[in-house]
Amino acid sequence: MSTLGAALPIRIRGIEKKYGPVTILQRLDLDVAAGEFLTLLGPSGSGKTTLLMILAGFVRPDAGSIKIGGDEIIAAPPHRRNIGMVFQNYALFPHMSVSQNIAFPLRQRRVPAADIVRRVTSALEMVRLNGYGERRINQLSGGQRQRVALARAMVFEPRIVLMDEPLSALDKGLREHMQLELRDLHRSLGMTTIYVTHDQREAITMSDRIAVMNGGAIEQIDRPEALYAHPRTHFVASFIGESSFIPVDIRDGVPWFRDAKLQTTARTSSSGRYLMSVRPEKVRLAAAGGDDGINILAGVMGDVIYQGDSFACSIDIGDGVKLTMRDYCREDTMARLPARGESIRVSIAASDAILVEAG
Amino acid sequence: MLSSQVNATVDGGLNQDTLRREARRETWKAFALLSPGMAVVCLAILVPIGWLFALSLFDEQGRPSFENYARLVEQRSYIQTFITTFQIAFTVTGVCIVLGYPLAYMLSQLPRRIAQIGLICVLLPFWTSVLVRTYAWLVLLQRRGLVNTWLTDLGIVSQPIAFINNFNGVVIGMTHILLPFLVLPLYASMRSIDKDCLRASLNLGASPIAAFWQVFLPLSIPGLVSGVVMVFVLSLGFYITPALMGGGRVVMWAMRIEQTASLYTNWGAASALGVVLLVTTLIILGLFQWRLGSRAAAAWNAR
Ligand SMILES: Nc1ncnc2c1ncn2[C@@H]1O[C@H](COP(=O)(O)OP(=O)(O)O)[C@@H](O)[C@H]1O
Ligand SMILES: [Mg+2]
Repeated sequence: MSTLGAALPIRIRGIEKKYGPVTILQRLDLDVAAGEFLTLLGPSGSGKTTLLMILAGFVRPDAGSIKIGGDEIIAAPPHRRNIGMVFQNYALFPHMSVSQNIAFPLRQRRVPAADIVRRVTSALEMVRLNGYGERRINQLSGGQRQRVALARAMVFEPRIVLMDEPLSALDKGLREHMQLELRDLHRSLGMTTIYVTHDQREAITMSDRIAVMNGGAIEQIDRPEALYAHPRTHFVASFIGESSFIPVDIRDGVPWFRDAKLQTTARTSSSGRYLMSVRPEKVRLAAAGGDDGINILAGVMGDVIYQGDSFACSIDIGDGVKLTMRDYCREDTMARLPARGESIRVSIAASDAILVEAG
Repeated sequence: MLSSQVNATVDGGLNQDTLRREARRETWKAFALLSPGMAVVCLAILVPIGWLFALSLFDEQGRPSFENYARLVEQRSYIQTFITTFQIAFTVTGVCIVLGYPLAYMLSQLPRRIAQIGLICVLLPFWTSVLVRTYAWLVLLQRRGLVNTWLTDLGIVSQPIAFINNFNGVVIGMTHILLPFLVLPLYASMRSIDKDCLRASLNLGASPIAAFWQVFLPLSIPGLVSGVVMVFVLSLGFYITPALMGGGRVVMWAMRIEQTASLYTNWGAASALGVVLLVTTLIILGLFQWRLGSRAAAAWNAR
């Protein structure tokens, strides 16, 4: 299949959706660049599917504007939107063969029969299902169905592709394999893609940018590495990767945990209650004794959880605050590990101490 | 180790004999559980049918003969009855599809709770007897009945329409009684159609009309087939409604059986009629199953 014609940007403004008194989406704005792979990441019920359904035209919002390449499509019926969609359960037509499924969008567009054959064949090739054209849908495995759905959504070279948790029904190995395949496919075809998932790993693996959704609003939108390194809210910090939170009081621009003065490179306001978010792999054991170094916290060693390649342990630093520390299982780290109940000290680099609003 | 408890057998398979014995025992257990049901089926269905079949092979003097079957082929009136019966069954089935498909479609698109109320309305007539409903139609449709009075008063027709005592009357009465048998399975199969499939077809560029013809209709066929089979088979054996609504002018197979049995007390001939109806019904069911049923069952239960 040829590369798509010019991919188009999407501009979403002020989308609002209520079901009765319940607000599902609140004045949502989102810009997706042409050819970008953007992921909507959020817990179940955060409104991801609703937003996709609004984009595809199956749910009518109460207000808002959707522009694709400058054209307003908010009032267009679904079959005129020319947006490809991969459904969570694939939604393949069970009464048609694989080829007929893929030919369906072309037949609707009255593509000449010879072209249909050619394009279906190359679409099958694209998803590596050559020779499966005559199979019926119920003769395919989950991964194969997934590919047929993908081929069907892309064969008509739509300007936008939407995918709603397309890999969630696959087992882990296949899912990771398909993630890479999808990413490669996107790189070679370059269509503007909005991808929905509740799996943060998947989002980080695949996306150009991630929009973290919570309660019908976008909490933060950024590149995966920026999102991981600089979460702005408690929710984002806990939803993407693991985090421990230390409640801090800021006085004169300096964060304090109990009587320990902490340092951070994050910008701080002059006062107020905040949470210091710390990634487990950034927590280090500090040498016993001596007050040297910054962000040294005293604590008591807790349980160690062995996880194969790495281990995690929880450290009680008082006031019921627990820090999680993670490191790789190497001989030296394992050998130096304190015993449970032992008093220890940990350190956190100033650049790894992130401040988020106390939620 | 397990091996201490294992009995190696001649052909070497681990516990092969034990497992096979267990499998056999399970089969017998299942059979034992089924046997009361099977005994009832035997006594209530197979034995009477066998008896019916046997009766049909004896003439009035009790001598074995094919006379009863020969008569069915030789006498024109029997052939006429046979044709009428199928004409009515086909017409009723056709009218049921025309009325029932849109009804089931509408119900399937409504929110579940409202659809439930609609279904109760569809089922409501079931709560009164067929006899009562048929007489009600007679009252409504007779020459000076409600419908004809209205039509003439409104000046739509000058002469009262002959709704009853003819083919039309039988079809109206039977359609009314049989419609739920089509609507219920059809509604169930329409409800089970994946909404995302329809969304996908729109998303892929099908207009709503194209989506209906290319996706919804094919996916509703299994329900339609079971409804059609039910209506068709039931209409073949209808008795009360054609007897009353046909005014004696439309004679269906079941009425013929009744006449032969009670009027002429010719059990052999009546049995032969019964056997022919049964065999024809089975053949039709077989044809449906062969042409549509198996394909529908295999290909469309993909989910
Ligand atoms: N048709 C509907 N009627 C009422 N509430 C709905 C409807 N569809 C979705 N919701 C509600 O909207 C919220 C968001 O749903 P959804 O968009 O499916 O979330 P997600 O895909 O992120 O899991 C949920 O709380 C859900 O219960
Ligand atoms: Mg969802």
